[in-house]
Amino acid sequence: MTKLPGPEAPKAPPAGAPPLPPANRSRTAHGLTRAAAEGRFALQRCPACARFTYPPRDACPKCLCPALEFVDAPEGGLLVSSTTIHASVDPYFREHLPWRQGLVTADCGPPIIVHLHRDCVEGERVRLSLQLDKAGQPVVFARPATETPNMQDDPAWQEMTADPRSRRILITNGRHPAAPALARALLQAGAASVDVGLSDPDEAFDGGALLRATDNVTPVALDLTDARSVAALAAAIGAEVDILINTADHVRPVHLFERDAPRCLMETMDATVAATAHLAQAFGPAMMARGAAGPNSAVAWVNILSAYALGGHPVAVALAARRAAPRRHTGSQRLYRSRGRRMVPARTPAEDIAVAAFACGR
Amino acid sequence: MTRQPVRKSYDGIVAAVPVSVPYERYSIESAHWWIARALKGLCEGAGIDHRDIDGFAMASFTTAPDSAVGLTQHLGLSPRWLDHVPMGGVAGVVSLRRAARAVQAGDADIVACVAGDTNQVDTFRKTVAHFSRFAQDASYPYGAGGANASFALIARYYMNRFGARREDFGKLCVAQRANALKNPHALMKTPLTLDDYMRARPIAEPLHLFDCVMPCAGAEAFLIMREETASALGLPFARILSTIERHHAFAEDEVQYRGGWARDVGELYAMAGITPSEIDVVQTYDDYPVISMMQFEDLGFCAKGEAPDFVRSHSFEIDGSFPHNTSGGQLSAGQAGAAGGHLGIVECLRQVTGRAGPTQVEQARIGLASGFGMINYDRGLSSGAVILWGETQ
Repeated sequence: MTKLPGPEAPKAPPAGAPPLPPANRSRTAHGLTRAAAEGRFALQRCPACARFTYPPRDACPKCLCPALEFVDAPEGGLLVSSTTIHASVDPYFREHLPWRQGLVTADCGPPIIVHLHRDCVEGERVRLSLQLDKAGQPVVFARPATETPNMQDDPAWQEMTADPRSRRILITNGRHPAAPALARALLQAGAASVDVGLSDPDEAFDGGALLRATDNVTPVALDLTDARSVAALAAAIGAEVDILINTADHVRPVHLFERDAPRCLMETMDATVAATAHLAQAFGPAMMARGAAGPNSAVAWVNILSAYALGGHPVAVALAARRAAPRRHTGSQRLYRSRGRRMVPARTPAEDIAVAAFACGR
Repeated sequence: MTRQPVRKSYDGIVAAVPVSVPYERYSIESAHWWIARALKGLCEGAGIDHRDIDGFAMASFTTAPDSAVGLTQHLGLSPRWLDHVPMGGVAGVVSLRRAARAVQAGDADIVACVAGDTNQVDTFRKTVAHFSRFAQDASYPYGAGGANASFALIARYYMNRFGARREDFGKLCVAQRANALKNPHALMKTPLTLDDYMRARPIAEPLHLFDCVMPCAGAEAFLIMREETASALGLPFARILSTIERHHAFAEDEVQYRGGWARDVGELYAMAGITPSEIDVVQTYDDYPVISMMQFEDLGFCAKGEAPDFVRSHSFEIDGSFPHNTSGGQLSAGQAGAAGGHLGIVECLRQVTGRAGPTQVEQARIGLASGFGMINYDRGLSSGAVILWGETQ
């Protein structure tokens, strides 16, 4: 039997890759990672004396309770001091100088060193949030407590977010049931334009009329099963795509013992597994190279996954198998992170409901 | 509640043989090499063999993977008392305190207190990136400004709260440069004017270039022994009148505006039996001038918040009204890693024994040297001070 290679040791970023912020964290500090990924502001709190603490610790400094828990914390705080850093020992920050840093007394008590929004003023209130930085690590960001003009344009804030504002977005499969709603939501959030891939741009389908009627949505010819088609689109717009949303999909519920199963499975694999590989080949390198390229950085690659990626219903066996591909792709986020791009796994209830409906219908 | 000092005095215990190994901006040598040169200097100064040293207190950031134990074999020492003091800027005071008690108790006869660090091309970044767990998790990833950024936050707050101006910081820096020009071993060799100071490029606002020490390679060392040992060896010495040490004081302060000295200063002078006005020469821990100003307050030379006025009303040169950091301090002599905490003690020892040569303050008998260290997260945690009295001049 062929022996599978073990997990690879993390490699240094390839030469020419943009530098990333410092990524070392203690195991305890990764409690913040979870909260940041869920968009919550959480800090450790002692279950015995109820005191909040920061930085992440392994015991309460007030009562030595060794079972601190990460819980949602008040987001308010007071900016008690600040600095603008002009000299840094780290290559990532050297490319982003000057950089503002603040010291905030959180409403719940602890002092917090923060990335500081340019509009924050010493002695005034700030709003704290946990973000994932370009290295995928949790960091605390402080914004003014009240909205300021063009607040989203702060360069430090843009480094911490994958805001669709002013971004060019590609949705790879326009026939995905979520595509029209996704396109509209992204445009409402300020996206500059949305390209929607269609294997036959003239063919009618559910939601097609809605897509075509939306301003700033451009249908583009894209056959995800055809490497040349994907490469052609990448050659045309690949250098400008900031956010790629991979909706490659092919729902054909089939039981393995059914007569048509092999052909059906191959079609599904072609439309999904091969599609993901073609996209990664054609769009991946350029987006990775732009990973930390300041305001013009490619900001995200989103794979729409189904809960079926995690297991297999008998009739969804092909789905489960082929989901493994984008799921594996998403799992390779360490590589992508080494280039500063975000890999965002998203699971869509709508799709799951559709698949579930098929399954129940049999 | 005021604590009654019940501590035993350091009667009969002395410091001797101040050694500075001239600093270099960068060095391809190891910390071991720098520490060896300091030990050699101690032995030559004392007229002893290094195997006569039976106590060794070592401070360094760059001996890894070796600790003080590894250094004993590397350098051929066989001490019966050994200490590794990884406390940065307070390691000098802490080493002196521990060594004095060890000699007093008879656990050792001659203790070498040595601090040395090398500075290779990436040494500084590595030290900053791996300084502490809190730094790794919660300060380094926020711009990687190192100590400059942390002290910038402290300096800004101090300026806002007490009305200090950049010109006040500048006055101290300019005076120390003038002192350094008389110290042949200081790294900084050119005069500095207040105008130069004010126009320097920003590093982490409000800190600018001349507010920051220059990391370098070097070593500092001294010996602790009984007075009779020093006399038998024919060595000039200074008595230890008093010491203090404190870690993580005033956790409740939202931003650091005082150090642990403020908590222990009463005991410092009570044990010494003197008042601050009787101190002839002061060596503060000057990683940044704002920290020196904090020490003027916390060590009793003026009240909290009055250091800006104190600076405006004094001169800090060797022949000034308040002789301060007479070798140029770390700001102008250089910061050789952990040796920065020993620099002030070594210069103080030279001063009160009348052997400071070109930087000698006239009639200096009683000197104070302080240490400060370890920005673990948002503040310096460790503080210490020692008062030395030199008799044999």
